[in-house]
Amino acid sequence: MINLIWLLLLVAGIVYAGVQGRIDVVTQSAISGAEGAVALSLKLIGVMCLWLGIMKIAELAGILRFFARLISPLICFLFPSVPKNHPAMGAIIMTLSANMLGMGNAVTPLGIKAMQALQQLNAKKDTASDAMCTLLALCTAGFTLIPATIIAIRSAAGSVNPAEIVGATLTVSFMATVTVIVADRICRIIYHVRIRR
Amino acid sequence: MFTEFCEQLSIWAIPAVLLIVPVVGYFRHVNVYEAFVDGATEGFYTAIRIMPFLVAMMVAVNIFRVSGALDVCVESAKPMLTLLGVPPDVVPLAMMRPLSGTGSLGLATELLNTHGPDSMIGRIASTILGSTDTTFYILTVYFGAVGISKPRYSVCVGLLGDMIGFLGSIYICQQLFK
Repeated sequence: MINLIWLLLLVAGIVYAGVQGRIDVVTQSAISGAEGAVALSLKLIGVMCLWLGIMKIAELAGILRFFARLISPLICFLFPSVPKNHPAMGAIIMTLSANMLGMGNAVTPLGIKAMQALQQLNAKKDTASDAMCTLLALCTAGFTLIPATIIAIRSAAGSVNPAEIVGATLTVSFMATVTVIVADRICRIIYHVRIRR
Repeated sequence: MFTEFCEQLSIWAIPAVLLIVPVVGYFRHVNVYEAFVDGATEGFYTAIRIMPFLVAMMVAVNIFRVSGALDVCVESAKPMLTLLGVPPDVVPLAMMRPLSGTGSLGLATELLNTHGPDSMIGRIASTILGSTDTTFYILTVYFGAVGISKPRYSVCVGLLGDMIGFLGSIYICQQLFK
């Protein structure tokens, strides 16, 4: 799937540029894309170190375990394949909470940390496990209580009431989250049935 | 009032975590400084590990966008979406949203400036941005960091979430703000 999408983006872009007689933009955009990716990862190093450092303290202090126990019924329902007291639980909870609080840059390191913890439980290291798919689905649905960035750009654009869309974003992201959870479950069942055959 | 509360909460969230975690850690006999350094060491390698995945994805997305192929997709999808009651102005934003975070933020800012943040288009654009996430970026970075190359069905599930977010934003905004 991801191979096909990647190829499609590439082929469609290059062929279209060729047809339009603007093949030169392909080289430029390929190079600037690659440079942008490296610049982004370099920028991520700082945030990554900061949050993974804080996470380590939280882990050793037992804060992660505390949170994990606090809302474990819900998380256990969402991630049945993860053992109750596994560190992955705490990491998942931190990721989802950071997502909900709209903590922007802090979410990525936490999410990666959670993925690494889930990778320890994964039997096939190059294939995403069930729990990884669920976590990814929840993150891409992006359930956010306070969409801070949007409130900021609305207020910059001169809105009378920048936060009035919060009700709408809450409703919509709740809908999207429920949909992905259901879709994730259905896909998981189909996948396992197919594997067994 | 509510705006102020949200702004305050988002300003305080990160400082609060930065304060509470080390303080709690200290009182629970963690060597906070050493633990921080220990955790931060991983940060460097993780950022480096996701680099090739990001390069692959951003090169493809960039070529697709700059060549104008994205615009063609937007144009060809417009008539069908207009039939469904989707305002044509927000279609580019919906297509950009799963591909590029900065790109969609730019498009949304532009929509807010041209149509006004309190117009229907402005509200829909804000809601789309606030209730969806950059699916391909998250997929690339999260799976890249642990070396997953077979994401199974998660691409479809993520894109389905984006679609619900997009159509839901339009529907809810039209119901809420008449």
